[in-house]
Amino acid sequence: MSEPLIVLKAVTKRYTRGKQSVPIFERLDMSIPTQDFVAVMGPSGSGKTTLLNLLGGIDKPSGGEIVFDKKRMDNLDESKLAAFRAGNVGFIFQFYNLMPMLTAAQNVELPLLLTKLGPKARSERVKTALEIVGLSDRARHKPSELSGGQQQRVAIARAIVSDPKLLLCDEPTGDLDRETAGEILSMLQTLNRDLGKTIVMVTHDPEAARYAKRTLHLDKGHFSEKDLAA
Amino acid sequence: MTLVELVRKNLFRKKLRTTLTIVAIFVAFVIFGVLATFQNAINAGVEVAGADRLITVNKINFTLPMPLAYPTRTAGVAGVKQVAHAEWFGGYYQEPRNFLVAFAVDPKNYLDIYSELILPPAQREAFLREKTSIIVGKASADQYGWKVGDRLPLKSNIYQQKNGSDTWDFTIAGIYTGNDQRVDTTPVIFHYDYLADTRSFGDGTTGWMILKTADAKENPRIMREVDSLFANSAFETETKTEQAFNKAFAEQLGDLGFIVTSVVGAAFVTILLIVGNTMMLTVRERTNEIAVLKTIGFTTRRIFGMVIAESMLLAVIGGLLGIVVAWLISFALAGPLSRFGPVAFSFDTAAFAFVLMALLGLLTGLIPAYRAMNTDIVTAFGRK
Repeated sequence: MSEPLIVLKAVTKRYTRGKQSVPIFERLDMSIPTQDFVAVMGPSGSGKTTLLNLLGGIDKPSGGEIVFDKKRMDNLDESKLAAFRAGNVGFIFQFYNLMPMLTAAQNVELPLLLTKLGPKARSERVKTALEIVGLSDRARHKPSELSGGQQQRVAIARAIVSDPKLLLCDEPTGDLDRETAGEILSMLQTLNRDLGKTIVMVTHDPEAARYAKRTLHLDKGHFSEKDLAA
Repeated sequence: MTLVELVRKNLFRKKLRTTLTIVAIFVAFVIFGVLATFQNAINAGVEVAGADRLITVNKINFTLPMPLAYPTRTAGVAGVKQVAHAEWFGGYYQEPRNFLVAFAVDPKNYLDIYSELILPPAQREAFLREKTSIIVGKASADQYGWKVGDRLPLKSNIYQQKNGSDTWDFTIAGIYTGNDQRVDTTPVIFHYDYLADTRSFGDGTTGWMILKTADAKENPRIMREVDSLFANSAFETETKTEQAFNKAFAEQLGDLGFIVTSVVGAAFVTILLIVGNTMMLTVRERTNEIAVLKTIGFTTRRIFGMVIAESMLLAVIGGLLGIVVAWLISFALAGPLSRFGPVAFSFDTAAFAFVLMALLGLLTGLIPAYRAMNTDIVTAFGRK
């Protein structure tokens, strides 16, 4: 078994709505090994997206610890969390979330603007990322000139361009037809298998979950593990 | 791509809206530039006024005359180095709309005291020699195409000649320039004696006196002594520093400083609201994208800086265009406004315009930038 990349220890998460405190997780434990590909499924409101937010450092737990690559990250301040996200995590959203006024290459380049890489090095990285997702010939196209599947591939290129260890995918095929969804999921499998990316994917779709190495079912703040691939 | 390019692309993603906002800023800066240029023209006389010069006028009103004997008596006051006197001619060239600032003066003393008027020695000599000669400032000479040696008939809207004519014939003896760009070179200057000998009324009187003092520190005493010389007479006087006199003269047009400040202030408050509103709208529309940027690692400080940079860029583009156009307009206004003083777009105006651009950019960007900075990723994605 690989070393754990992320470990959640007794993580609690509550949201305050009005005067009410709504619990999402109560003492949740979890471990995701390096190079794992985990699908997280569960009914609406079960806390899937909240889990993704906690893993990606865009939300903080109300209690417990989150350890990433042997370092605690739940107690980092805002600017350190931003640096953590920039260096370690790639995000892939359901609706791609590309900048409409930028070309595909410029969208992919965005995370690299936060690094010390020069224009030439950035350009090479962008080129490589677009090659990986098979969109070298669409580098100068704007999102409005691309299909949904192509936009999602640009989003994947943007997520991997800074070579993060972890990819977090929130319903990455939720807005795509079955065939295109298959292509995207195969691409995620390739990234996991060939590039060693650890992937956590939230999905409602059992078909999508089959592409993962394992599936975790989240319900009422707790996991029940099943191997759908079996 | 760089962060600056990202800011620029963000700014111009809604081209029509950005263009209209830039036009609004542009108009405000044109108004500012033109009004400030006009104010500079009015103030130029105040700024170039000599510290060692005093002006003595009739105490009741500076348009009323004083006896011609006054300059001689004033010259005897301790600390007064030289005295000249001058009379307002109310002149125009050919037709009343070609209004001219025309003074009838005692030429030698006047030119000695106003040493900032530069006249070639031969022309000065010719002017002093011939009573019907006149010297014209370069601005007026350029405007009307006058040359040395030209005959120049001038009409007066105040005086008539004893023979019933309202036209005085002069010969241009010289064209003077200023030793400083701010020196007004629109007036025309001729011999008081020529006017005194020919006019149908006003015998034995002149308009005002110009006193050159030996030491500016002595000015308050000299002013008191000169005015006390003529106290309780039919023609009491009031003596002021030339700067105070020019300022009071300029303010006949109204408190220009207040007018300019009010108009520019109103324009900028309006622009502040328009641009501020546009920036708020822009940032609100981009909440989702700002959340994406934060998700991929952009810090709150960087997001804040990008929004401020965007509003600064907007203000600078509109402001620069406005200032360039105001600068061009100042050339067009040089002729029509020359009667108020030398019209020139000053460095100070440009520098102040840049301060205004920076302030506009900062103020309109501050609240949207603060909101963008505090965008909560989870809320923005509607993820709770």
